[in-house]
Amino acid sequence: MSGVRLLVGTRKGAFVFTSDGSRRDWSTEGPHFAGWEIYHLKGSRADPDRIYASQSSPWFGQVVQRSDDGGRSWRAVGNAFSYEGKAGSHQWFDGTPHPWEFARVWHFEPSADDPDAVYAGVQDAAIFCSTDGGGSWKELPGLRGSETGSRWQPGAGGMAVHTILLDPADRRRLFVAISAAGVFRSDDGGETWRPKNKGLHSDILAEPEAEVGHCVHRIAQHPARPATLFMQKHWDVMRSDDAGESWIEVSGDLPSDFGFPIALHAHEPDTVYVVPITSDSVHYPPEGRLRVYRSRCGGGEWEPLARGLPEAHCYVDVLRDAMDVDHLDPGGVYFGTTGGQLYGSADGGDHWRAIAEHLPAVLSVEVQDLP
Amino acid sequence: MTRRRGPGPDRAVTEPHEAQDVRVVLPLHLRDLAGVEGEVSVMVAGSVTQRSVLDALEARFPVLGGTIRDRATARRRPFLRFFACEEDLSDEPPDAELPEEVASGHEPFIVLGAIAGG
Repeated sequence: MSGVRLLVGTRKGAFVFTSDGSRRDWSTEGPHFAGWEIYHLKGSRADPDRIYASQSSPWFGQVVQRSDDGGRSWRAVGNAFSYEGKAGSHQWFDGTPHPWEFARVWHFEPSADDPDAVYAGVQDAAIFCSTDGGGSWKELPGLRGSETGSRWQPGAGGMAVHTILLDPADRRRLFVAISAAGVFRSDDGGETWRPKNKGLHSDILAEPEAEVGHCVHRIAQHPARPATLFMQKHWDVMRSDDAGESWIEVSGDLPSDFGFPIALHAHEPDTVYVVPITSDSVHYPPEGRLRVYRSRCGGGEWEPLARGLPEAHCYVDVLRDAMDVDHLDPGGVYFGTTGGQLYGSADGGDHWRAIAEHLPAVLSVEVQDLP
Repeated sequence: MTRRRGPGPDRAVTEPHEAQDVRVVLPLHLRDLAGVEGEVSVMVAGSVTQRSVLDALEARFPVLGGTIRDRATARRRPFLRFFACEEDLSDEPPDAELPEEVASGHEPFIVLGAIAGG
């Protein structure tokens, strides 16, 4: 493995950072698509030069960009996301029916073995698939049309499929997470879906342990142990050891169990990273100290990681898709902030360095391991 | 309702089914997306309307599909406005004829992004 490439989506463009295996010095390319919101970029594991980018704007809507040369050049591909059949309605904030309306792509998840196959998680919550490299998109309507779909409600940021996990042990199994509906699993390649939220407790709901309605911010899965999932919920850090059939809380001694991202060490399935945020009303780190917290035992016991991170007067947030890991040894961890800082650690979080400090607000960070 | 404006003093009325070269001004981000600089022109056959101009624009620059009109509803995206001849035509019906000055190529059809700060 010769290096690492970071794909960084921001409020005003995309950036690509590249380094060799030492991860000390980084080259910067960008902004690509200057002035546009780039919710997410993700590369194909089957072909690292193939990258998909979600480019959007309140003015001009959704554009999908694709690179075939590792992010040096791009071309727009298909941006027609049409819900299958009658769109129907979900619940609006006040509980009244609201028609399903496409707004943007939040997340791309390329297939593990076909660069032309990619899933898109969108707002209003649905999952689409392309098998022609993003040229055309087809909804997998079983998710939106599942039994509970008409009861889903948006969170403050909208109602979106923001996480898609493709189970490495079972090609027919997929997980998605939706704010604010919860986790859903398909065991038949995305045709049918069931909610997997047993054990979640959300005081904001009329029924705190309801089947759906939980504001799941992010879920993560380790390829070496695919039945174990970790979750950062609106409040609470959770863990499932039965592929989402049941969840237990592992917030333990975190200073706050509110947050957005959650990530797993590439080589240690029990090493979990979160970034505690003060509360749902105060979106910055507790006491203005930016700290990643690491658990080396699968949750419950957490240690602060602060070396190289701001120790005072830091009032940024870290969004749900803005943390990822590399697969080098020792494993690296990276995250971006709404204040435009991009931090990296080449030793599993023990020491951090700023890779960039003055970017637009960071929306997503994805890591590519380069051959 | 359809609107038809008279031709400029030195212009003859355009024949209704003659293909016409219509000038279009796009905002910066759409020019970047389309890979063009400055105005673009599109050939419009038949009546020169918002719909026929935008259809011709999207045919010439497929990447602009969905960026000016919502793909699901075909309606103008809410933060965009249409102007020509110093008039706001945004709320005109899409099949209303545009001013003759646009059809004749004397004036451009302008797609403008709403102003927003921050």
